[in-house]
Amino acid sequence: MAFNVVVKVHPVVLFQIVDSYERRNADSLRVIGTLLGTVEKGVVEVSNCFCVPHREHDNEVEAELVYAAELRDLNARVNTQETVVGWWATGNEVTRHSSLIHDYYTIECPNAIHLTLDTTLQGTSMGIKAYIRVPIGTPSGNNGSMFTTVPVEITCYEPERVGLQLSSKTIGIKKSVEPVHELAQVSEATGNVLSMLDTVLDYVNEILAGRNISPQDNAVGRALLDMVNSVPKMTPEEFENMLNSNIKVLPL
Amino acid sequence: MSSKVSGIRGGRSRVVPDDCPINVVQISGLPMMKMIKHCHEEGSGSVDVAQGALLGLVVEKRLEITNCFPFPKQDDSVDEDEAYQIAMMKKLRRVNVDHLHVGWYQSADVGNFISLPLLESQYHYQNSIEESVVLIYDTQKTARGFLSLKAYRLTPQAVVMYKEEGFTPDALRNLKVGYESLFIEVPVVMKNSSLSNILLNQLSDMVPEEDGLGFLDLGTSSVLEGHMRCMMERVDELNQEAIKFNRYQQQVLRQQQDKYRYMQKRAQENAARQAKDEPPLPDEDINKLFRPLPTPQRLNPMIVAGQVNAYSSHVAQFCSQAMAKLFVTQTLQKAKEDTGSAKSLQ
Repeated sequence: MAFNVVVKVHPVVLFQIVDSYERRNADSLRVIGTLLGTVEKGVVEVSNCFCVPHREHDNEVEAELVYAAELRDLNARVNTQETVVGWWATGNEVTRHSSLIHDYYTIECPNAIHLTLDTTLQGTSMGIKAYIRVPIGTPSGNNGSMFTTVPVEITCYEPERVGLQLSSKTIGIKKSVEPVHELAQVSEATGNVLSMLDTVLDYVNEILAGRNISPQDNAVGRALLDMVNSVPKMTPEEFENMLNSNIKVLPL
Repeated sequence: MSSKVSGIRGGRSRVVPDDCPINVVQISGLPMMKMIKHCHEEGSGSVDVAQGALLGLVVEKRLEITNCFPFPKQDDSVDEDEAYQIAMMKKLRRVNVDHLHVGWYQSADVGNFISLPLLESQYHYQNSIEESVVLIYDTQKTARGFLSLKAYRLTPQAVVMYKEEGFTPDALRNLKVGYESLFIEVPVVMKNSSLSNILLNQLSDMVPEEDGLGFLDLGTSSVLEGHMRCMMERVDELNQEAIKFNRYQQQVLRQQQDKYRYMQKRAQENAARQAKDEPPLPDEDINKLFRPLPTPQRLNPMIVAGQVNAYSSHVAQFCSQAMAKLFVTQTLQKAKEDTGSAKSLQ
C-alpha cells in the first residue's frame, strides 16, 4: 500500500504553513506542525494543518506533543472527519531531526506523510514535496529507513478556487485589492478567454504555415478539434429563442 | 465596457461615517481560505450556519484580520463553547498568532443573514470590543464563482435602541432609524505578504486556469427561482407584521373612543348628581379601567424589511451579470454565423 500514495493538498494548508513560518520565533530556523485530513484508498487528502512549537538542538528535538494532542482534539470538535495524516516542516530537505519527529507521528497514524515547503526559496520556486518513510536494507543485515518522495497535487473545492483567484490579484502589487464587482469579473474573464483564443489561433496559424511542427501537434490538434466540436451547434432561430426568453425574465 | 463598470462602482455608496472607528477591513489570504473551507464543509451538510471567530489587530482606522478559527456546532452548553474559545486562543498565542478577538464570521445561504440572533451577537461583540465586525460569507454566490465576503457593523443608533430594549414605534421615530440604518457595510480589501504572493504564483501554475471559469455559466433560472422563493417568504412575513400593526392601531383607536365615551358618561352623571345635590362619583383611575395596550415590537418587521432589501439588491446584481453574459454569447454566435464555414480548423 505504501508505494502508490498520492498526496492531495488544499491551498489552506500551504497558506497556514507560510503564515506560521512568518510568525516563527526569532531563533528558529524552521517550523513544524501537524497535517490533518482524510485517507482513502491510497489518496491522502490534506485539508488542514496547525503549527506545533518546537526547538531543535544538535542531537535532539523538543516538540510540544501535549500541545499537538490538545489542538488536535480541539479541531476534532469542529471537524469530526479530519484525522492526523502526517506532519509538515519548512525548509527544503529532510534532516536528521525529521526522523525523530517522524517516529512520533507514526504512532499517531500508520503511514505518516511528511510534507516540506521550501520557504527559504533555495530553488527557483517554493518547492512542495511530500515523503513517506520506507524501510530499506537487507533482511539479515543493517536495517534502516529512507524518505522517498511521493507525488503532490493541489486540489481545491470550487469556492476555494474562487478565493485563490481573488488572492492571486495581489501578486506583484504592493497594496491591497478589493473583492471584484460581478460585472467587472465577467468582463475580465471574457478578456482572458479572448487572449487564450488568440494564443490558440496563433499556434494553429503557425502550423498551417508549416513552421515549428513538433510531434505533439497531432495530440494538440485532436484536442482542439474536440473543443471546437463541443460548441453546441444551434440554428440561428433556436439561439434567438433562447436568448429572448432569458432576456425577458431578467429585467424583472 | 470598462466605463460602464466604473459607473456602477461609483453609484454604490460605500461611505462609512466618520464616527465609526473602522474605515476598512483588511483581510489576508489565510483567514479567507480558512473561512471558505469551513463554510463549505459545514454548508454541504446541515442547514445550520457555520460560525467562527476572527483574530487580528486594529491599525489606525483599519481592522486587519490575520487569522480565524471555527466554532464547533452549538449543541452543547455555552460554557463549553467559552472553554473552547479560550483554549483555542491560548494555543494560537503560543505560536505568535495575533490573539485579539476582533469579530466573528458567519456563513449565509443566498444572503439571508439578518436575524435576531445575529443582532444580539453583534451587539454583545460591539459592546465588549468596540471595533468588532461581523463578516458574512455567502456560500451559494461563491460557489457560483463570485467571492462574496462583506463586513457589517451595527450603527450607533441601533446600539442605543438595543440597549434600551425598546423597539417601539416611538423610539424608532425619535432616533430616526429605519431598516436601512441597522447595519453599515464596511469595505473589505485583501492584502497578502510577499511570501504568500510567491506561494500564490506557484499555485497558479499548479492549478489549471480553465477550471475557474464556472461563473461564465449561462444558466440563470434555478438561481433566480431560489432568490424569488426566499424573497416571497420574507415578503409574506412582512405582510403579516404589517397586518398586526394595523390591527394594533385599530385597537388603540377603539380604546380611545371607549375612553372618551366613558368620560362623557361620567361627566353627564356628575352633572345629573349635582343637579340633585348628591356627591359626585369618585374619579376612578381611568388607566385602570382601560389598560394601555402594549405596543408591538417593531424589531421583527425591521429585520424582515432589511432582509428583503438585501435580497433585491442581490437579484439586481445577479441579473446585471447574467445579461452581460447573454450579450457576449449573442455576439459570439453572430460572429460564428458570419464567418460560417470560411475558416475551418482542420
